[in-house]
Amino acid sequence: MTRSVNRTTGHAGHEEMQRQGRRLGWLSLGLGVAQLTAPHTVRWISGVDDSARSRAVVSVVGVRELVHAAGLLTGRRKGVWAWTRVVGDAMDLTALGMAIAHRGGRRRRLVGVTGAVAGIAAVDLLTAVHATRAEHTSSAPAARSARKGESVELTATTTIRKPAPDVFAFWRDLENLPTFMAHLEQVRRTGDRTSHWSASAPFGKDVEWDAEIAEETPGERIAWRSTGKTAVPNAGTVWFTPAPDGESTEVNVALAYEIPGGAVGKAVAKYFGEEPHQQLDDDLRRLKQVLETGEVVRSDGAPWGKRARKEFPQRPAQPLSDAELEKGADA
Amino acid sequence: MRATTWAGRNKVEVRDVPDPKILNHRDAIVRITSTAICGSDLHLVDGYVPTMQDGDVLGHEFMGEVVEVGPGVDPGRLRAGDRVVVPFPIACGACAACAAELYSCCENSNPNAGIAEKMFGHPVAGIFGYSHLTGGFAGGQAQYARVPFADVGPIKIESDLTDEQVLFLSDILPTGYMGAEMCDIRSSDVVAVWGAGPVGQFAMDSARLLGAAKVIAIDKEPYRLELAEQAGHIPVNFEEVDVRSRLLELTGGRGPDKCIDAVGLEATHGSAHIAAYDRVKQAVRSETERPHALRQAILSCRSGGVVSVIGVYGGLLDKFPAGAWMNRSLTLRTGQCHVQRYMKPLLQRIERGELDPTRIITHTLPLDEAERGFELFKNKQDNCEKVVLKP
Repeated sequence: MTRSVNRTTGHAGHEEMQRQGRRLGWLSLGLGVAQLTAPHTVRWISGVDDSARSRAVVSVVGVRELVHAAGLLTGRRKGVWAWTRVVGDAMDLTALGMAIAHRGGRRRRLVGVTGAVAGIAAVDLLTAVHATRAEHTSSAPAARSARKGESVELTATTTIRKPAPDVFAFWRDLENLPTFMAHLEQVRRTGDRTSHWSASAPFGKDVEWDAEIAEETPGERIAWRSTGKTAVPNAGTVWFTPAPDGESTEVNVALAYEIPGGAVGKAVAKYFGEEPHQQLDDDLRRLKQVLETGEVVRSDGAPWGKRARKEFPQRPAQPLSDAELEKGADA
Repeated sequence: MRATTWAGRNKVEVRDVPDPKILNHRDAIVRITSTAICGSDLHLVDGYVPTMQDGDVLGHEFMGEVVEVGPGVDPGRLRAGDRVVVPFPIACGACAACAAELYSCCENSNPNAGIAEKMFGHPVAGIFGYSHLTGGFAGGQAQYARVPFADVGPIKIESDLTDEQVLFLSDILPTGYMGAEMCDIRSSDVVAVWGAGPVGQFAMDSARLLGAAKVIAIDKEPYRLELAEQAGHIPVNFEEVDVRSRLLELTGGRGPDKCIDAVGLEATHGSAHIAAYDRVKQAVRSETERPHALRQAILSCRSGGVVSVIGVYGGLLDKFPAGAWMNRSLTLRTGQCHVQRYMKPLLQRIERGELDPTRIITHTLPLDEAERGFELFKNKQDNCEKVVLKP
């Protein structure tokens, strides 16, 4: 199965910042370790003289780099840690400037190293500025950030070993959707193209809406959308394409939801939150089970059909007691 | 009912658990008359397969009598009272994989397909008593088991063959046979089999049945090599001789034409430093497998030969000899056995006396002594080759 998730506000920039922060973290780790384990080599490369003071400075800088590394690699707020590197760079440039001014010796090397440090300082500064901006515009993990005013768009696809007209007919009878779509409690036909939908617990109970089929091509395509005033405006399209094997059907689905505010919005955001694509993927897996084998497959570890994936870690893979069976019967 | 359960790493417990009930329309409940401990159960107990949970009922080799069928089971196909052997992969019979007879890759039988997909790229079939990655189905080392898609998998035994003669149709006999079949054996072939455990023994018997000129058994346990020798195969003890040199001697310097890895992810090795390398990497989880047998099979195989893998692998391995594999035109073939494909023809071979699966059984214990059975089998005590449990 393949799928994609789109949100109207992207998080690619934020992720790039996190990556850049991590890269700098590894750089710090390498420098710190080198300065502490091979201080002589580091001094030689930098063109710094061997003196008690320079030995102490190199060690101190090594320890500082390790602190940067720890912050950048493990810390959540990479922006703050990137600024600590900028401060460090300023210190290093000052120290190198003093070295150039006071020592005769290996000037050329000192100047080269100073140039390199200045370059790194520029990268650090840029990272720090961007990371700080990124922290202001988006909270950490992208998946948890579905918020009011955003819309969630999901796509998923599967192949079902039935001819396209059969799969189309099953979907076109919208009352079948709750047999495999986890977030639906019930769909009731109210007219040839209109229906009334209600959501089940994972999506936030008491969410109901009217929907209409906006467009359809028999055997090929159905598009629907919610109508009137509703807490979670949504729309969907499904299209059916004969697979190259001549007997199966490729099913493609695209769904879009507006995330509202308040408790309903929270429930909807949470439902799509952790792994938005997983929900629709699992829906299609169950559609395939229903059409190919007649029903949703149950195991002892995941006995509740539609709710299967919502309950991980699962119950042990051993038969259910009568009490458990009774309790779960309405699931 | 009583059932063998996983109780944490290296811990097996026979416990009281509820009796199974019909959950899907095409389920059947089977009262188990014989079941067995499989080498792959040891991978679960040793903790190398993720997603095991305390209380999971173990066992995927079992047979018995159908006591109840769901409303969706065609009575012409299966009814209460039938004596059946149950294949370990659960297969729906309707998806594209099943249509292609790739039953262990069934697209519908694993309710935890999403997890399996993350691990393996695409999902795999449900398997009885074999972790939640393969569905979280209760296993068959128990008094009863629920068998989904009962109208697809279980094979009826209508002759008077004993349980011991047909029980291994559930897994290890077809697995060994598939290992040999994947080798496309010709009458001039020398076939070397790594691992003289139950699956290895059946791979050897199958290789000979399919016409191999010579079959070589590689192991370190003298009693297992003796068992292979008694069946007419040539033993090679990797603790006593250098396997590669011995294989060259036995093949006029060509190397075996076909090589079968019937060992899998917990291989032991003759030289201590390589064994230690893999053991340490496995312990710190930087590889999940100790793939020594596979490496040696690839390096030993004649150029243009086939390496057939039926030993179980679960994750990632290191130091895979890709250079030997590619430059010497080797073919690597593998798969969890598509048991349903082989049950009927192998049952016929047993009926005709061409195969004697009982030759590997060394221990028969009551189900309540399953824990001891696991100890015997794992530690290769008391010359243990195969343990059959009687619920």
